[in-house]
Amino acid sequence: MKKKNKRLLNILVYLMLFTIGCLILLMNLRDNLVFFYSPSEVFQKNLDPTNKIRVGGMVKKTSLKKEVKKIKGRSLEQISFVITDFNNEIKVSYIGILPDLFKEGQGVVVEGFITSNGMFNAKTVLAKHDENYMPPEIKDIKSIKENNNGI
Amino acid sequence: MIFKFANPLKFQRFTKQIQPFALSLSIIFLFFGLFFGFFRSPPDYLQGETVRIMYIHVPCAWFSLMIYSVIAMCSIFSIAFKHTLADIISRSCAPIGACFTLATLVTGSIWGKPTWGTWWVWDARLTSELILLIFYISLIIINNAYENKEKGDRYAAILAIIGIINLPIIKWSVDWWSTLHQPASISKLSSPSIDNSMLVPLFIMTFSLFFFFISVLLLRIRGEIIQRKIDVIKFSHVR
Repeated sequence: MKKKNKRLLNILVYLMLFTIGCLILLMNLRDNLVFFYSPSEVFQKNLDPTNKIRVGGMVKKTSLKKEVKKIKGRSLEQISFVITDFNNEIKVSYIGILPDLFKEGQGVVVEGFITSNGMFNAKTVLAKHDENYMPPEIKDIKSIKENNNGI
Repeated sequence: MIFKFANPLKFQRFTKQIQPFALSLSIIFLFFGLFFGFFRSPPDYLQGETVRIMYIHVPCAWFSLMIYSVIAMCSIFSIAFKHTLADIISRSCAPIGACFTLATLVTGSIWGKPTWGTWWVWDARLTSELILLIFYISLIIINNAYENKEKGDRYAAILAIIGIINLPIIKWSVDWWSTLHQPASISKLSSPSIDNSMLVPLFIMTFSLFFFFISVLLLRIRGEIIQRKIDVIKFSHVR
């Protein structure tokens, strides 16, 4: 074999070994690399309630409630909604400003703690955007179609 | 055909002829891309006018990956076959790629604030793209760290090959792990989930940035070849 072809082969073999190594590493770190857990994973894993975690899913339709509460002399708006992954759901309470894209039926990621009564006390709410981009008119046509199919 | 242009001096003459064409194509596409992007495409049903950031963010992200693949292939070629032109190309690519990566991160951040409600999160996609920027910056530093250019080229090539592993991680991070960043809208296997009226400005801007990359790359390659010629004259004079 020519010397330069041998060098090429060397590089490719090293690269392949390195890739396999990295893959093994990433597969084992999977739990630490996810940005958020789904509600089902939260129940499966029995997570430590003192740790800050992130939970993501869909905001369940007609679950969003806002009520004004007196906390420490100030009247604040307590927001509560349900996050679902269509298998399990988790109830979230939050005090603060919601992002503009926050809507029922849309994706959301919340960061905070699980309280003793199973509620999730969110410190941050992030809206998750999906990969669909379309003008408002087309969205209207699509939602009408979906509604008709539903009937 | 390839080996005809692989001679740096012949390549230099070739770049001189092609570069003005690439630059003018880039400017023409940029004009149409911005026009369609701002005036001839609808706002998004959910994001509203913010969607227009996509027309610059997405092509920049594509090219940040593409330019790194160019550097990676040149680096393998350079170490295996020791060809000067491969070194020249990867040395010329690194700062351009760094700029595209920085543009991706900055425009993404500006989009993220109104959409997600945050400038930055440490999710897999965003973090791996930041690591790509760090790789680019390291390549630039190593390229310029040695008095002897060959040494700089060689060490940078080794680092570039190690960094290849980052490319599939960036590409598939949104599928492998749950991330805040949305999955790809355009893929080979399925029809794009972006409406056609929004695809037009996106692709025109992609062409514009592609020709911009080519024209800057050719300019930098020409400069690099001239610089190396000067070095040869200087060192032969010293001896």
